[in-house]
Amino acid sequence: MRTIVLAIGLITCLLSPAAAFVVEEETLFPATGVETQILSVLSTTDTAILRPVILGFQARNSSVSVRYTVASSQEVYAAIHDEGIGYDLVISSAMDLQMKLANDGFAARYRSALTDSIPNWAHWQDRLFAFAQENVVLIVSRAGLNGLPVPQTRRDLIEMLRGHPEVFRGRIGTYDPKASGAGYLFATQDARQSESFWRLAEVMGGLSPRLYTSSNDMISDLKQGRLVLAYNVLGSYAGPRLADDPDAKVVELEDYTLTLLRTGLVPVNAAAPNLGGAFLDFMIGTQGRRLLRDDAGLPPTDEMALASGPYLRPMRLDPGLLVFLDRIKRKAFLDEWSSAFSQN
Amino acid sequence: MSQAPLSLRLRLVLQLLGIAAVLAILLYFTVRTIAEQAAEATHDGVLGAATLAIAERLQGGDSGVGIDLPYEAFSILGSISADRVFYRIEAAGKTLTGYADLPLPPRTGASVAPVFYTAPYRDTQVRIAAVKRTVLVARVAVPVLVVVAQTQLGQDAIAQRVARRAALVGLGSFILAAVLSLLTTGSVLRPINRLAEAVGRRGPQDLRAVDHPTPAELRPLVSALNGFIARLRGALSRTETFIAEAAHHIRTPLATVRARAEIALRQAGSEDSRETLRAVIRAVEESSRSAGQLLDHATVVYRSDRLADEHVDLSALIARLVMAIEPIAELRDLTIMVAGVENKIVVRGDPPLIESAVRNLLDNAIKYSAQETQIDIGVEKKGKTARIELCDRGRGLAGQRQSRLTGRFQRGENSGDVVGSGLGLTIVEEVAAAHAGRFELTEREGGGTCARLFLPLV
Repeated sequence: MRTIVLAIGLITCLLSPAAAFVVEEETLFPATGVETQILSVLSTTDTAILRPVILGFQARNSSVSVRYTVASSQEVYAAIHDEGIGYDLVISSAMDLQMKLANDGFAARYRSALTDSIPNWAHWQDRLFAFAQENVVLIVSRAGLNGLPVPQTRRDLIEMLRGHPEVFRGRIGTYDPKASGAGYLFATQDARQSESFWRLAEVMGGLSPRLYTSSNDMISDLKQGRLVLAYNVLGSYAGPRLADDPDAKVVELEDYTLTLLRTGLVPVNAAAPNLGGAFLDFMIGTQGRRLLRDDAGLPPTDEMALASGPYLRPMRLDPGLLVFLDRIKRKAFLDEWSSAFSQN
Repeated sequence: MSQAPLSLRLRLVLQLLGIAAVLAILLYFTVRTIAEQAAEATHDGVLGAATLAIAERLQGGDSGVGIDLPYEAFSILGSISADRVFYRIEAAGKTLTGYADLPLPPRTGASVAPVFYTAPYRDTQVRIAAVKRTVLVARVAVPVLVVVAQTQLGQDAIAQRVARRAALVGLGSFILAAVLSLLTTGSVLRPINRLAEAVGRRGPQDLRAVDHPTPAELRPLVSALNGFIARLRGALSRTETFIAEAAHHIRTPLATVRARAEIALRQAGSEDSRETLRAVIRAVEESSRSAGQLLDHATVVYRSDRLADEHVDLSALIARLVMAIEPIAELRDLTIMVAGVENKIVVRGDPPLIESAVRNLLDNAIKYSAQETQIDIGVEKKGKTARIELCDRGRGLAGQRQSRLTGRFQRGENSGDVVGSGLGLTIVEEVAAAHAGRFELTEREGGGTCARLFLPLV
């Protein structure tokens, strides 16, 4: 084994006494040559997904060891914002939290020929860079639907849920926005996009939905038949895992489908900011994009792909993302969500 | 030594360029200032709108101030530039939400309309808009302050772009002004150059008043010039009169002395006294000739600036002079052969001067010729000039250069016992020059000298 799994599962990171954030997994990828530098990456993306990219990076930079730490998006945010731990690169799918980090001055400026070449919508200043775009999808089990048509819009979905409560009761999954950063982001963006979200929340709330904190759990439960459908699942996880499952269907709803940008930033207190930047460059560059698409299953940022899906609504990297992080706004939103979701 | 003053052109160009540079710099700063103000106004407008949008969503109630941050307000701030955004909502002196350390407006007089100010925040400068609203909480009026701040990266980027363009505009206008100032300088100085040309083009004898059309600014110069010309004309004419009078006053008594001496010679008894009287006569003759030559020389010098411009028939002139001088030649048994006087050969010039030149040549030939020799004088047309050639069998030039012999009061080294003033050849040369002609002296084959005077034909 070229990689040594240092810790699997929920452990408390003991890097420093102040580091009280919760780490899910920490993996060291030793340098292929003589180690002279260590790149510390803090990420919300599972090690298994990004491993090919890390190995590709190390193939080019044989003297770099990579310490890859996985945590939830809230913990990633806390590690940088509250605890100021000096990671060299922070990767997260929680665009709002990444934006908050950059806006509040925790992201260093980084510029290279590659970062200059990425389109405007895929970066914010020279501090926050998107490298993957992932659609937020609905997944359904054909068997579970029991002959009902696969919904193509939220209106279809609402009508189907209303019309056949017996099919769906207790068998609907979605994110818990109170517990999951990604879930909160998807829900708030949904609420922005359309009023139909609240109707959907009400309908789903009436069907004893199961709440999750990760897309993978929803996918697993769907595969095992515990769920008929799961709403707001990361397509980049669902696609590869359900590709060879004839029963499961990944649906990009046609009224609109949110597109999430997975972003990276180099913290201002990074020990080796150039290494962090180099890894960013690698992911944005040709080889990194190929590895992301083919081996990691993460669609790299691609303007053409966005243009070809007229129903795709990429979330914008702008200060609007800060709004729902506001204490009062968050409380108001979650209160409203709770009242809509648990009306009965 | 004082330095030569700057030329008018250089002075004008430098001053115009200086003005252009000052204007270009002013233009640069004006464009920059206006553009920066415009950029700031634009950013302020958006920032103020975002702040108002938040303020308008404030709600009263029984439990507290209701706040609903509008997503678009922040999103729009992000659309105008990728700037960091901070906000703070404060009610009754307590921060309800946002960044609690964001600076408040300097005066608490924030009003319904946004108040803008710039303040340092965290690691940068931010532009801040503040709006005040009053909200009823449990029927009590609570003042709420909404403060929204934005970093100025976008504005600075605009400022930089504008500064670059303003610099280009300034540079462009400077170059344009430089070209125009060169053209202007040329056109302003043209009348001066024209006047200078008109005065310079005048012939040497042209002492008329300058009557060139000139701009008003040059009229004092022209009238001063005309006054000077008038004074010069007066001085010349006085000099001429003086010379004529002087010559007359010298010659007349000399003629009287000579007449008396000749009478005395005829009545003299002893050979001794006759010899003395002859010497007196010779000396008087020589003095008279010298006086004549001085007069001629002075005439050439003073009058060559304003020569008479008449037709002179060289053939007639030579014939007349030869006839007048023949008696003297005969005294020394010299024969004068004249050639080429059958036809008129007419040149343009001042008759007394040309006559003086030819007479001096003849005098010289007679003075320096050996006894019983021949003097050849002839005139002929040579292209566009008339050539008077006079050859003798005298002492020749003895290898001396013509320029030495024609110098004023210079006499040849081999002139020996012959009496002379040293002015004869000077006069010839000056007359030739004054008439745009030429004078040359050469050694004659077989001994003697040839003198040639070329004068342009009519």
